[in-house]
Amino acid sequence: MQAIDIVIGYPMPVPLLATPVRAGFPSPADDFVEEEIDLQRLLIVNRPATFLVRVAGDSMLLAHLHDGDLAVVDRSLTPRTGDVVVVDIDGERSFKVWKRQGPRVTLHFANPRFPEFSLAPDALVEVWGVVSGSVCARRRCE
Amino acid sequence: MSARAYALSDGNSFYCSCERVFDARLARLPVIVLSNNDGCAIARTTEAKALGIKMGEPWFKIRDMCRSQGVRVYSSNYALYGDMSARVNSIYRDFSPRIEIYSIDESFLDISDVRERDRASLCRDMRATVRAWTGIPTCVGIGSTKTLAKLANHIAKKVPELEGVCDLTDPVQYDHWMVRVAPEDIWGVGVASARRLEALGCESVADVRDLDPRIARKALTVVGERLVHELRGTACLDLETMAPTRKGCAVTRSFSERVEDRATMEQAMATHASRLGEKLRREGLATNHVAVFFHTSEHDRDRPQRSVSTVVTLPEATNDTMMLVKAATHGVRKTWRDGYRYSKAGVVTTDLMPLAASQRAMPGLGQLDREMGAALMEALDACNRRFGRGAVVPGAVGFAPKRSWSTKFKMRSPRYTTRLDELPVVAAA
Repeated sequence: MQAIDIVIGYPMPVPLLATPVRAGFPSPADDFVEEEIDLQRLLIVNRPATFLVRVAGDSMLLAHLHDGDLAVVDRSLTPRTGDVVVVDIDGERSFKVWKRQGPRVTLHFANPRFPEFSLAPDALVEVWGVVSGSVCARRRCE
Repeated sequence: MSARAYALSDGNSFYCSCERVFDARLARLPVIVLSNNDGCAIARTTEAKALGIKMGEPWFKIRDMCRSQGVRVYSSNYALYGDMSARVNSIYRDFSPRIEIYSIDESFLDISDVRERDRASLCRDMRATVRAWTGIPTCVGIGSTKTLAKLANHIAKKVPELEGVCDLTDPVQYDHWMVRVAPEDIWGVGVASARRLEALGCESVADVRDLDPRIARKALTVVGERLVHELRGTACLDLETMAPTRKGCAVTRSFSERVEDRATMEQAMATHASRLGEKLRREGLATNHVAVFFHTSEHDRDRPQRSVSTVVTLPEATNDTMMLVKAATHGVRKTWRDGYRYSKAGVVTTDLMPLAASQRAMPGLGQLDREMGAALMEALDACNRRFGRGAVVPGAVGFAPKRSWSTKFKMRSPRYTTRLDELPVVAAA
């Protein structure tokens, strides 16, 4: 893969109207030019708290995170039931679905082909961040 | 004028903390980060300090110990530290619009507008936010002057019971700590000054504060007098929120391996010159003198020593990389001598001026083609912004794999936040 500098939060505009410069009549659409759609703003709400990570594995398939996708992780969010989180369990970082049942918090895989996730009773658990979005390349450029 | 209040916030073992954010296995392990070219330890976690690793200790001296004790060692990853620093500072700005970025991991905030009794809780809140959003642990010191804020920060770091925040604008805290902290812990007081203060009978910071300013001036020059006033709560130093216009600019590097041939030295100098051009263009500055220097290492005691410095004058001020590269390589060719093992090289300018305001040379007598040069430089800068620094360089710099002299980053972690192909990988398994 080629190395490309990315800086989170700087606008990377996707032009909505791309009219080439023409001699002759002005385009009647020019009076209706809208602002550009900024995908960064959609994906990254809180810039200093947002990190991109790469997904490795299939345990989050039903949560729509595929192997190789980019997950957008916002560390300023508090997890809610059903959220996908990045969590450190005894020093190993992974994705899990976060659920609260009364005072109890449970963690789950999101793939029926995986067994029910079980946590050792003395495990050290720390939520690293909440997944707030993802980027899935439908067609990969090799 | 109402009393001022400053907060100094800094990251705990900042470089190590950045590494820990992205590698869950590093929690509670001893971690150190080495300086450029893996020279010496410049950041240490508490666990590494407990093993006796000193600040600035050379890597070759502690290598074996680090291996046997399981210390995690990293080359410096400035792309990562710079990005994390920007995130932390942007959070500080949410808490106070007036901040001075003092270094990559320390910033002063003006919190004079915050009510006295709310200051500590505001800083605790800020500390918790930085920790939660970025993963970086910090300590905050509050004082009515920058010197007192720095002192408070030092106390916050040394006393765990304070939970990372010390407020010396609180009279009770102020009276408590001033008599308990040694003069050598004051900002800017080195070993020599500490000895002079001791000779004046100063055993604590409170004793320094109570010195006659004239006596402090006699012992420690005007700096000493200012110190006394700052410790008394009279601000002599305000925030420097604006970067002063640059008067000089230097790009210098130690070689990872000694350089003994002219072609390699020219390549290195061309690289430094092209980086210099980049820096100048970013600020719209230009120069008409380029000082070129290179020298051998005093560590090679058994080898002949040589140190060269020469100034190359240009017909008119420029920040065009092509011109600066020409000047820099010319400087090498003019002064080169075989038979030495050079260890360091650099380019330095001291007379920067805004390009737009600089005097032009006569056409035909050295006047440079600014329009064409500017277009080329714009394209060059755009490519390097997009594809990473060094993607497009003048031919004189040489091909990337052959730049054998370039800085060593053997143990650098991935650039987790700025490179698409180096993002952290998280298991879904």
